[in-house]
Amino acid sequence: MTATVPPRALATLPLGDDALVLSHRLGEWAGHAPVLEEEVALANIALDLLGQARAVYAELAEVLGSEDEIAFLREEREFRNCQLVEQPNGDFAHTIVRQLFFSSYQQPLHAHLAPSLPLAAKAVRETAYHRDHAEQWTLRLGDGTEESHARTQRAADALWRYTGELFQPIEGLDVPWEELEEEWSATVGDVFARAGLTVPTGPRRDAWSAGAGREGVHTEPFGRMLAEMQHLHRSHPGATW
Amino acid sequence: MVRRPAPRAAEPRPSPATSTRTSTGSSADTSAGTPAGASTGTYAGTPAGISAGPPADISTGAPAGISTGSPAATSASTFAELAGAVPDPELPVVTLAELGVLRRVTEPEPGRVLVELTPTYTGCPAVEAMAADIEQALREAGAAHVEVRTVLAPPWSTDDISDEGRRKLAGHGIAPPRTGARARGPVLVGLSPTRRVPGTPGRTGPPLAPCTPETDGPEGEGQQRQGQEREPVRCPHCGSAATELLSRFSSTACKALRRCTACREPFDHFKEV
Repeated sequence: MTATVPPRALATLPLGDDALVLSHRLGEWAGHAPVLEEEVALANIALDLLGQARAVYAELAEVLGSEDEIAFLREEREFRNCQLVEQPNGDFAHTIVRQLFFSSYQQPLHAHLAPSLPLAAKAVRETAYHRDHAEQWTLRLGDGTEESHARTQRAADALWRYTGELFQPIEGLDVPWEELEEEWSATVGDVFARAGLTVPTGPRRDAWSAGAGREGVHTEPFGRMLAEMQHLHRSHPGATW
Repeated sequence: MVRRPAPRAAEPRPSPATSTRTSTGSSADTSAGTPAGASTGTYAGTPAGISAGPPADISTGAPAGISTGSPAATSASTFAELAGAVPDPELPVVTLAELGVLRRVTEPEPGRVLVELTPTYTGCPAVEAMAADIEQALREAGAAHVEVRTVLAPPWSTDDISDEGRRKLAGHGIAPPRTGARARGPVLVGLSPTRRVPGTPGRTGPPLAPCTPETDGPEGEGQQRQGQEREPVRCPHCGSAATELLSRFSSTACKALRRCTACREPFDHFKEV
């Protein structure tokens, strides 16, 4: 589907795929969140992200087909999302750290893109709320009980390897990537310091790190996620309700 | 797509929930709602006005500040009035004009009405219901063809809610958003309202900032604004300024859940964006 399209025409596709995949992961919390308020919060964040994905896909309709086709009929290797967002939810701390890492990237990314991309100008105000949500919970968990602290630190250590990929330039997007990474490091470092957490030191690039999602290479859990997400549409093509 | 997650207000709506956005388009793709290409928020499009105030074309004489910008101004302004009077599907106390989501109503040719609608939040699921309601209202008024387009630029802000809309929200028990959200721009995160039980294990650093209603979100109390006074969110029931945040996300994406510490009533707050 994407093979014959020049990369620049698909510059926004990674943004849409990040949003769709993370939206689906957050939607998996429905019925499982620790408290009702969090059920609602995660669902609302997922809804914002789904709206972002739809806006990107609607723009790409001429090259990639309808929103449904883009979301439900592409194969794993055609998705351009970063590997961070496809990681399984894990426990609540794991999801929150994933949210902190991603929203601390997405919010300034949208700020950089806002002058040229209406969706980013729109979403930048919403993603500020996402980042705030992740920050507040990181502080609570990191600065909470021994158990919550340990789980949050474990999540940070486990997800760290997926954060280097966020700053690989996306062709066609005019973003100062190094500056973005500095902003991200400052944000995460500040939150971690206040939460009493240690910023991991493991590899984020090259060997032993992860991150080729932008090239369509994904981690094992992503295939299972897609199977569940796409199953209904593929089993009942064109079904509506 | 993903299951529709957030619990929504369950008011019955008079019109069908599923509709294509345009009465002249095909009936395909009703499950995903948006017909391909219906959105006009092109990223190659004009960035003008994104950071500045309301769009330049919302001005002239039409009711509720809706531009008609059409040679057939009389007719288009009637349609604009009708479209603007459609109640919000989730907050039916306010109209779409009061909510500020109706950008433009034109009649490029007789009988064909083009409506530009902007979502409050990117993922607002009410947009499709709004489009269906507008379409129905305009068709009943004699428009042969109605097309409702979603536009993203310039982004909607809670500053676009009219004074009348704010009054109605408050009367309905929803604290209206404070003004000035657009001027403040995208804002940084606020201080933590974390509450700790003294003596609990965990962090060893200095104590965190106390929980106060004025440091509760990314709404102007950002890092570079610490200490700056901001008008409090008042309880829509008793008017007290002593309210606290319970959750940043409430029954819809655009609202936060707060509680009045004077009358103890919880209430929704239309959060600033």
